[in-house]
Amino acid sequence: MKKNWWKISSFLLLVYTIIAGFLFDVPRLPILNETIRNLYFHVCMWFGMMILFSVSFAYSIKYLKGFDFRNDIIASSFANIGILFGILGYLTGILWVNVTWITDQSQSLGSVLKEPKLIGAAIALLIYGAYFVLRGSFTDIDKRARISAVYNIFAFAMLFPSIWIIPRIVGSLHPGAPGSDTGNPALDRKDLDGAMRAVFYPAIIGWTLLGVWIAGLKIRIDYIKNKNIINE
Amino acid sequence: MKSQTIALIKKDILIEFRQKHTLYGILLYIASTIFVIYLTLNEIPDVSVWNSLFWIIQLFVCVNAVAKSFLQESRGRMLYFYSIASPIEFITAKLIFNVILMLLMCLISLMLFFLFLGNPTISIPLFIGVSMIGGIGISLVFTLMSAIAAKAQQNAALMAILGFPVILPQLMLLMRLSKVALGEVFREGAIIQLTGLILLLDLMVFVMAVVLFPYLWKD
Repeated sequence: MKKNWWKISSFLLLVYTIIAGFLFDVPRLPILNETIRNLYFHVCMWFGMMILFSVSFAYSIKYLKGFDFRNDIIASSFANIGILFGILGYLTGILWVNVTWITDQSQSLGSVLKEPKLIGAAIALLIYGAYFVLRGSFTDIDKRARISAVYNIFAFAMLFPSIWIIPRIVGSLHPGAPGSDTGNPALDRKDLDGAMRAVFYPAIIGWTLLGVWIAGLKIRIDYIKNKNIINE
Repeated sequence: MKSQTIALIKKDILIEFRQKHTLYGILLYIASTIFVIYLTLNEIPDVSVWNSLFWIIQLFVCVNAVAKSFLQESRGRMLYFYSIASPIEFITAKLIFNVILMLLMCLISLMLFFLFLGNPTISIPLFIGVSMIGGIGISLVFTLMSAIAAKAQQNAALMAILGFPVILPQLMLLMRLSKVALGEVFREGAIIQLTGLILLLDLMVFVMAVVLFPYLWKD
């Protein structure tokens, strides 16, 4: 029971997020209107994805330090759930794009989608897609763990500069872009209504904990699958 | 350390001259790709199309030119290098050799581009400079990817999958920077900023390659 406190809090936070997210009052801005409620879901997915990928990166480094097979399982599981969060982030984003960015119905999706944050997310998903393709091409377990850890570290280290750089090259419709008067979205206190922050921050924690929970289950399954190797 | 690195670079150059067919193969690859583009486009492409075609061709040329740098080394030969050189010397030599190779390929493909697809640049030396900076970055990234792909006993396809997402931001920067030579006016300081960013990324790739390669090396 002692170890379960964070699972319970994840559950409670998400119940709170869903109830408060759909029922509480939100400020209405032109165009955005009630869709701002998507903030509690869409933005949290991206936060969750980046955190899960960062954990995966950390465990890849840890693997190369001691060549403990368990760290490889952890790294790959976190990357796996990170991809899931990324896809969910895209799906919730599509809903939002439909009602806010595409104002003219004849406007093509392609004209809207050249977005720094979308490109950054696409790069992240491509990198981790490639990571799993790379993993799939090995039969030797040790070699697979070692080489994919190297790729994970390299690709993750290249991902962050690209997230900082790309907004300088293409303009953005996301809040926080250069030229708009807002700062860093979601983190700047001025951007967000106080009542919304009371839902948004718990939502981030809740969704991230849920991601860690799912990854933890996957890790345990993989431990059981590879019982013989780990116990040696 | 220095002499060993230089010896390894010399070895790679020597191999390139002995096995001329691989070098000619890449040259032919460049020539035929650009020729295909020339035939499929009805007229001289406008500036932005020209620019994006150029960088896409650079990307694919690099995949093909650099791919063999690790794939060509047989198991036995790798074992031999393992006994005479340290991984850092080995990867440094490979990186430098591939940069030289890629710069050569850049120049040749640029020449063919001018020949077949016209010259939209306002200053040829400036565009050559930009393409050199780009060639360095692309070849550095793909050298490490080639080392990874070689471990997986895979072909160039895996290398492309691994490398493209990583090279994408750099490629976008390069497309932006090359517009300097294509007549776009930049605000003051932006050019130096862009060049600095690209070079910084190159440096980072180099450092990462040197740090990570020892883990790829031992089998």
